[in-house]
Amino acid sequence: MAEGIRDKVAILGMGCTRFGERWDVNGEDLILEAFLECIEDAGIDRKEIQAAWWGCHFDQVNFGKAAVPLSTTLKLPFIPVTRVENWCATGTEAFRGACYAVASGAYDIALALGAEKLKDTGYAGLPGGGNVSQLTAMIKPNYTAPAGFALLATRYMSKYNIPAKDLKRAMAHISVKSHANGFLNPKAHLRRKITEEDVLNAPMVAWPLGLYDCCGVSDGAAAAIVTTPEIARSLKKDIVLVKALQISVTSGEEAAYTKWDGSYIMTTTHAAKKAYEEAGIKDPREELDILELHDCFSITELSTYEDIGISPRGKAIKDILDGFFDLDGKIPCQTDGGLKCFGHPIGASGLRMLYEVYNQLLGRCGERQLKDPRLGLTHNLGGLPSASVCSIAILGRD
Amino acid sequence: MVGIVSYGIYIPRYRLDRKQAFQSIGWLNPSTAAYAKGEKAVANYDEDSITMATEACMNCIRDRDQSHIEGLYFASTTMPYKERQNSVIIATALNLPEDIRTADFSSGLRSATTALLNSIDTVKAGSSKDILICSSDERLGKMGTTDEMLFGDAACALLIGSEDVIAEFKGSYSLSLDFVDYHRGSISRYERSWEERWIRDEGLNKIIPSTIRGLLNRFNLRIENFSKILISLPFPMPPKRMAKIIKTDPEVLEDTMITQIGYTGSPHPLLMLVKALEDSRPGDRLLLLSIGNGSDAMIFEVKDKIRDLRKDMDFKRFLKRKTSLSYEKYTVFKSLAQADLGLRAEEDIWTRWSFMWRNRKTILGLVGSRCKVCHTPQYPPQHVCVNPDCGAIDQMEEYPFSYRRGRIFNYTADMLAASIDPPAIHGQIDFEGGGRYWFDFTDCALDELRVGMRVRMSFRKKYYDEKRDIYGYFWKAVPEKEG
Repeated sequence: MAEGIRDKVAILGMGCTRFGERWDVNGEDLILEAFLECIEDAGIDRKEIQAAWWGCHFDQVNFGKAAVPLSTTLKLPFIPVTRVENWCATGTEAFRGACYAVASGAYDIALALGAEKLKDTGYAGLPGGGNVSQLTAMIKPNYTAPAGFALLATRYMSKYNIPAKDLKRAMAHISVKSHANGFLNPKAHLRRKITEEDVLNAPMVAWPLGLYDCCGVSDGAAAAIVTTPEIARSLKKDIVLVKALQISVTSGEEAAYTKWDGSYIMTTTHAAKKAYEEAGIKDPREELDILELHDCFSITELSTYEDIGISPRGKAIKDILDGFFDLDGKIPCQTDGGLKCFGHPIGASGLRMLYEVYNQLLGRCGERQLKDPRLGLTHNLGGLPSASVCSIAILGRD
Repeated sequence: MVGIVSYGIYIPRYRLDRKQAFQSIGWLNPSTAAYAKGEKAVANYDEDSITMATEACMNCIRDRDQSHIEGLYFASTTMPYKERQNSVIIATALNLPEDIRTADFSSGLRSATTALLNSIDTVKAGSSKDILICSSDERLGKMGTTDEMLFGDAACALLIGSEDVIAEFKGSYSLSLDFVDYHRGSISRYERSWEERWIRDEGLNKIIPSTIRGLLNRFNLRIENFSKILISLPFPMPPKRMAKIIKTDPEVLEDTMITQIGYTGSPHPLLMLVKALEDSRPGDRLLLLSIGNGSDAMIFEVKDKIRDLRKDMDFKRFLKRKTSLSYEKYTVFKSLAQADLGLRAEEDIWTRWSFMWRNRKTILGLVGSRCKVCHTPQYPPQHVCVNPDCGAIDQMEEYPFSYRRGRIFNYTADMLAASIDPPAIHGQIDFEGGGRYWFDFTDCALDELRVGMRVRMSFRKKYYDEKRDIYGYFWKAVPEKEG
């Protein structure tokens, strides 16, 4: 019986660039910026890294294919380097590769680094085209990411019979909360407090999602060096351990079979269930101290509260409006500002979430530091509600 | 007995109000004020002669046994492709058998009646059982011209056969004349026409009576023998004047519908024929006359079977189902003015012909698969059944979705996607009988949409690859207002 990787891997160090419209740098500069912080935090020599995983999604915009952009930028000395790509869950996928390598005993110290340099397309939003199968290109509708998630909002309203204005208000609270947190974070892209009125009066991007229901698009990189708990303990006093690392990928059911009701994300429910089993969590609402969710759109965050079993089905709006997920709430969510304020350099996002949870667990978060968190969850979602990839990681203090 | 077995029309949803058009562009050519009356039908930006003809064909053969169809003829002067047979694209979209005869009839405004005469001859000769003919045009006049005022877009289809005939073909007479009233060279987008007074006085006023005379003489008939006379005139003319020219009662002359839909080019005589058939009684004798570098005159006799033919999508329905289009939007839809769709629109779309060939049924025909074990329909076609409780491997049969109605499962209006008509509206559709896919919606507005609303599928232009001059087609969902 497979036993998972709970407590078999420790995070030795992490790094994360300032996210934003980094007109000043190339992709390779971002890799180096994240790596230098990470290696310094780990306190090891670059030559001690035995294997690396590189995450990048839109290879056509800046980096190109293969694992070579990472190995040549850092001049990694002919060690195994693997490129992973799994839509917007790419960052966590790189982390998973490195963790599994250590857990298996194949390597003692491994690097995971994800980066994306998106702001060279010349237009707003994610780069389009070139990333779907030939059949999909011929038959898919003319959609962009916000529209794909707006469909989730339509179904949520329809299933629970919620008027658009009520859903909009709850979604506004989500974005206001994330902006308040991002305001406190020097690495965030958008550092500005907003009001519910700002959100409700913003121009529509994809009905019912307005401008402030959508995360930004930015450049950034984040990295982690992982090792065995034994090595970590020999080098550090405070240790963060990987409690669970799960991924669920669509079977194609949501897109083509009529049973899925469209109001939630199937892969998230599967990944969360498995992650709780792996981490030994019985009651996530009581046991988790911090959440970093994939808030590409406010509706995604709303549905995820229910999909990971924190809010009961159809009741997320109540928790949101009660302030349950605010910085001073029961389980603060997006304490760093989330994708909402960091933007979404695809390959980096999953690692950026882990970076925040890791730092919160180690008490390094300054003004936005939570009081004594022990257990945190990251949720990294790729694709669209009707066809998704979901990675969930749970980190805990030793 | 050979003749018309079924018919179907298609009139696009948009109407351009001619008065509004004149207010916008009349300053350029004030004499067009004479035509600034009524409205004309305008194809949506995602429609062309192929898609409109496909719609008309679907309305013609929907719910009918299609196994007798052994040919498809397409007539148009505005075919998207010069080389790549346009009728084959329509036949593939209709999911007709591959062992049929297809042909394109083009380059003259008589092309539809020529196709009709040819199909009748083919059936008469016993070479084919039924032949489906269709015609559609979307001719363009330059901005501010009379042509722009008059030309409308529409399509018509007729099923020609020898069983269950509703209107029997009784004979024809043709004149072929190099009378150049309108012309377009092989590289022109726009129509060029000669002086209207010459077209009328030297052309219509002489060619029409001499064609009718020829027809009457050939079959030993008199003009009084006809209950309805259908003359496909390219511009409005008072019925009294035409009646005088052909020496008949103005009452028997059928309306040209130019004030309602415009002069639609090739399909126009067929549309007039269907309009007349819709309110004909058994025994009526019709004279149909087309004009274009000569003239085709034909005689049809309405049969008892017409009583059994009921069409949901008739003229009344199509004329009621309309939305006005501003002149400004018209110029963008027709690429008369170059609108900026943003950098996102510059994405390259590769049409890979070897891939298109393998997947022609999936893409052009909207053919999915159905699991023979659990009967779940699925699109696109699968090898492994998508039903998680089944999962059977390679137990699929072909399952066409194009005639199936569906319901809106979810929807949105995308302001970020590059579109000629933003926002781009799309959503998942659950088909009646099973199956789900995510489609573009067309011919609708966001505020009319509701979850659960009924849709029908419509064959549309999905993209135009400017670099390689390729038109890509696929299916979109058209929401239907209930009741």
